[in-house]
Amino acid sequence: MSSLGPTTGIKYGMVIDLDKCTGCGTCSVACLTENNVYVLEDESDKVRSITWLRVYRINNGQPYPQTKVAYIPRPCMQCDNHPPCVSVCPPTATTKDEIGGIVSQIPTRCIGCRYCVAACPYHARYFNWFDPWPLYKKHIKQMTNAFNPDVAPRMRGVVEKCTFCHHRLMAAKERTYAEGLKEIPEEYYQTACTQACPAGAITFGDLNNPKHKVHRLLAEREKDAFRLLEKLGTEPKVYYLTTQKWIREKADNYLDVPKGTGD
Amino acid sequence: MEAELIPQGLQRTSFRNFCLWQLPWLALLTFGGLGALLCLGLGLNQTAMNDYFAFGVWIVFDLSVIALGAGAFFTGFLTYIVGKKELKSIINLAVIIGFICYSGAIAMLGVDIGQPLRGWFIFWHANVHSMLTEVSFCITCYLMVLTIEFLPNILEQRQLNKVPEFHFFAHNLHEIMFLFAAAGTFLSFFHQGSLGGMFGVLYARPFAARAMFSIWPTTFPLFILSAIASGPCFTLIIVWLLEKIGRKKLVKTEAKQLLAKIAGILLAVYVAAKLVDTYFWVTGPASDAGFNLGDFYRAGPYGAWTLFLELGFLGVVPAVLLNIPAVRKAEGALILACFLNCAGIVMNRFVMTVVTLAIPVMPFEKFLGYLPTWQEWAIALAIIGYGGLVISLAYRYLPVFPHERELNG
Repeated sequence: MSSLGPTTGIKYGMVIDLDKCTGCGTCSVACLTENNVYVLEDESDKVRSITWLRVYRINNGQPYPQTKVAYIPRPCMQCDNHPPCVSVCPPTATTKDEIGGIVSQIPTRCIGCRYCVAACPYHARYFNWFDPWPLYKKHIKQMTNAFNPDVAPRMRGVVEKCTFCHHRLMAAKERTYAEGLKEIPEEYYQTACTQACPAGAITFGDLNNPKHKVHRLLAEREKDAFRLLEKLGTEPKVYYLTTQKWIREKADNYLDVPKGTGD
Repeated sequence: MEAELIPQGLQRTSFRNFCLWQLPWLALLTFGGLGALLCLGLGLNQTAMNDYFAFGVWIVFDLSVIALGAGAFFTGFLTYIVGKKELKSIINLAVIIGFICYSGAIAMLGVDIGQPLRGWFIFWHANVHSMLTEVSFCITCYLMVLTIEFLPNILEQRQLNKVPEFHFFAHNLHEIMFLFAAAGTFLSFFHQGSLGGMFGVLYARPFAARAMFSIWPTTFPLFILSAIASGPCFTLIIVWLLEKIGRKKLVKTEAKQLLAKIAGILLAVYVAAKLVDTYFWVTGPASDAGFNLGDFYRAGPYGAWTLFLELGFLGVVPAVLLNIPAVRKAEGALILACFLNCAGIVMNRFVMTVVTLAIPVMPFEKFLGYLPTWQEWAIALAIIGYGGLVISLAYRYLPVFPHERELNG
């Protein structure tokens, strides 16, 4: 197993500017298309539908006209410090990469015990409750054209999650090697959601590399940056930016701030 | 012909009555088989579990029966290691109950995992950091130990025992049973603890997370304590049921009284430790994560009543009752106290499993409820059918109670 402690060297992460996010959901759609995410026959079953990148709608709990609404896109947080899901997995089907720090998932090794699903406080892990094959078979011609050949579809009974488009990292590595470069250029490895966001709210790159935009953004807007549930100590590699205090307060639990019950 | 299979000198009902008696258990098993077939064939979408309730009634049943089956290892420990010889009167039944509980739990887990054919990956690609890996290893090994412990009793069956090889093998197994009792105790301590550890280590789920001592959260010793406090009481309940149904005395009073007394002391220690743990949980990990006690119960179907029911009515009350000698001596009161004790442990397992998952960690998530489907109930209840079937078969054909003849002179 790789080291579960903080990543040194290359550390891939994401910065999402919530003040730019319009909640359009393009990131979510791009993600599921890129990663061959299975679509349920009944997508209204929201506690079973698979959304690697889910967009939450939150409000400030105030009555109209003081009501304020914001959207929080939530990919896997790629926890950097002892990811809750990694150490619990009995057959080592999920690991944290030593280079890059991406929390990976190996569906072909997953036994479907769902202990990782229970361990994740962000609900970023999804179990395949249904068999995707009947649907694939029904629309095989259209689906063959729609599939991304770089990502294997998952089978029934295993857990899946956002991998920061890990297959793109593999492709970027090959391209970097072929071109004789020493490090992967920022533009060679970008996630599907980053590229799809029409508002440019998502930025992706190496958090430890001063040449990367994510690093500069966090340095420039340090006071606006926060992460989800920071108190737990999971050290997510997904950062959010906002100038609005009420949104930052909604991102964690405080003993003296009343909690909501969702939007 | 069939009468020749019944242990010599013991009175049992007619074969026809026995067959009729087995029908409800078989029906429960068949019902469970149907549920299992649907879940294995069509997938776990047949259940009410989802990405929020990753665990459901099966894990509650698994944890409960494994705790209630702890009577096997603990009675074995007291009989063969501590040397409480009077418990020989009840040890066979305790082993059979343990065997049923563990084999039933493993069978249920076989349906519960999404890819049952990959179950062996736990052993092949074992992640030694996972509490569930430890549980899997220990439970599997302990089921083997239980099978060995059960074996002499099977070989002592009237006809089988006529085969000299079986007779001597059973005798020799009895001679070295203390070794298996020790192995069972070692394995059980670890898997009972690891089952608790499974939840205590969920440091990102503040309702379950507990303070750590080295690599073990406090739920580790608490689960061991609660299992050895409730397991003997569950064995006493089954003895009581068998005595009532069979209308005869099966186990010596001193054996029952000793088990009840030990269970009472252990339960009192457990409840006291659990209350202290609750205080340190609220002021420690929960508070650090930004949760007051009330936050866990502010909405949703599982309110503060679960806390009071578990610790109060099903915790403190049986702990007090079992430590009063007069209560232990009065059969009805003893069984009531045993029942409350066992119900408290089931409640604890329910709270740790289902309530943990019902409580949102992200402030903008919602409290959710979970209601199992009939397929889930069918599979969970099948373990009762399986238990009824095996105990009935053992009671009829095996010399389970060594003092039955003497007690019913």
